[in-house]
Amino acid sequence: MLNSLTISDLTERLGRREVSSREATQACLDQIQRVDSSIHAFLSHDDADALAQADAADQLIASGVSHSAKPLLGVPIAVKDVLAVKGHPLGCASKILGKFVSPYDATAIAKLREAGAVIFGRLNMDEFAMGSSTENSAFVTTRNPWDTSRIPGGSSGGSAAAVAADECIASLGTDTGGSIRQPAALCGCVGLKPTYGRISRYGLVAFASSLDQIGPFTKTVKDSATLLEVMSGLDPKDSSSVPEPVPHYAKEMLGDIKGLKIGLPKEYMIGGLDAEVNASVKAAVEQLEKLGAEITEISLPHTDYAVATYYIVATAEASANLARFDGIRYGARVDGNDPISLYGNTRGAGFGAEVKRRIILGTYVLSSGYYDAYYLRAQKVRTLIRQDFLNAFEKVDAIVTPTTPTAAFKIGEKSDDPLQMYLSDIFTISCNLAGICGLSLPCGFTASPKLPIGLQLLGKPFGESTLLKIANAYEQSTEWHKARPVITS
Amino acid sequence: MSSNEIDVKYVAHLARLTLSPAEEQKIGAQLGSILGYIEKLRELDVTGVEPTAHAFPMSNITRPDLVTGSLSNEEALMNAPAKANGLFMVPKIVE
Repeated sequence: MLNSLTISDLTERLGRREVSSREATQACLDQIQRVDSSIHAFLSHDDADALAQADAADQLIASGVSHSAKPLLGVPIAVKDVLAVKGHPLGCASKILGKFVSPYDATAIAKLREAGAVIFGRLNMDEFAMGSSTENSAFVTTRNPWDTSRIPGGSSGGSAAAVAADECIASLGTDTGGSIRQPAALCGCVGLKPTYGRISRYGLVAFASSLDQIGPFTKTVKDSATLLEVMSGLDPKDSSSVPEPVPHYAKEMLGDIKGLKIGLPKEYMIGGLDAEVNASVKAAVEQLEKLGAEITEISLPHTDYAVATYYIVATAEASANLARFDGIRYGARVDGNDPISLYGNTRGAGFGAEVKRRIILGTYVLSSGYYDAYYLRAQKVRTLIRQDFLNAFEKVDAIVTPTTPTAAFKIGEKSDDPLQMYLSDIFTISCNLAGICGLSLPCGFTASPKLPIGLQLLGKPFGESTLLKIANAYEQSTEWHKARPVITS
Repeated sequence: MSSNEIDVKYVAHLARLTLSPAEEQKIGAQLGSILGYIEKLRELDVTGVEPTAHAFPMSNITRPDLVTGSLSNEEALMNAPAKANGLFMVPKIVE
């Protein structure tokens, strides 16, 4: 079925005129029709709009435009509900945005369009990207395609589930503390969080501006390289985007990994790590060694402080960023007797429990009398965490860890205990604080039930080529990425 | 970092966030345990450590001073909860 193809397979067949973009897009829409009432990856999708884009792509292909000129020509790609797509709804899975429709395209979306992609659908997420399970969506909890009684991970849970369930060819998500890598691991796909500044954040609704990055969910490492290359680059509309040249990732990732040095941080093999996850990651490390990589133990001594640091920095930034949702310029408004009560009523009615909790925590750690003790101290610990990684990268080319301490947990299992939920992000959070790049790819399954396990690779700032190379070598020598879930309702 | 008790009502006012008494109580209890966990940052000696606000600090990012396109008035107002005469409608602020 066309919806289960990878980007590279589909573009090859489109190029040979064996299939049309309309057929591929229709296959994705049909799959949504078949399975999304069990998966709930999509908040909405506009079939007519998607098919019109597909027809336009088919016309370009017929007129001789090649995939070397437009690498995503005719490829259906679905989008997390936090990115602006002109004319499409944008809600961040929150009630506070009401019936918001984007008046412009995010830069990453504009680049996908330029590359010929068919951009469709709004993928479910934790409200404002705050969460690890999609249980914080104001509308619906997405189900893990491997076991629909379990969470898909989050916050980009819809993006991961849609790719795993073959409801799209690839998707976009965002990662502030693991929101791409964790759901990719739990749903069995490839998720990449680029280095901070690699992809413009223009048109991404901000959660924590110093941590947020956009990145791809794909079925293979090669597809991840293709999407990264299309979306990367300096953008005058985002002054935090970095003027680093954009390599030809899909070419640079080729070749063997003989002699590459990969570090195994001793602090990550901790008590809470599930035995099956531990065994899969160990086997993956042995596989990397067989492929010629040199494995060395390294130390990231401040690992244990990352979650606490993150929940100060991220909530502080969120409390400021979410101030803009006040019922004046857009979204739902709840009236009050004066402007202050209008703001309070609108925000009280519009935000869900986790968003309120984080706004309160963020406001508190920034408030007079507590700023130095919490926020400033956390920023200093962030320096120590970043320094840990920079020291490690003097000795190794990349770092390997589990992506998550356990496979997907049950819906409801952690939703009443925010702290336990936060601690499930323990392996992914440091990457954002340090501003480096990270990738998760499938490295095994638990026995019963059969649930995907993810391997995390962490790389130097702008070291995506090395990460993709290691990931590609591993993927080519294993079969994990080929397994597909049997979807039950 | 002494007390784990937050005056939730006061902080919610700072955040312009109206909470019900039940929400105030629940958030207060949950934040108590989160702040208790965060206390572990006190174990570290951060004397002389520079704070990191941003992984790749860049300054003076400018662009050529040229007039470029922007949203039209209509586009800017298309999501407004209340509008009139090409403007956002807000509650009365001055008597």
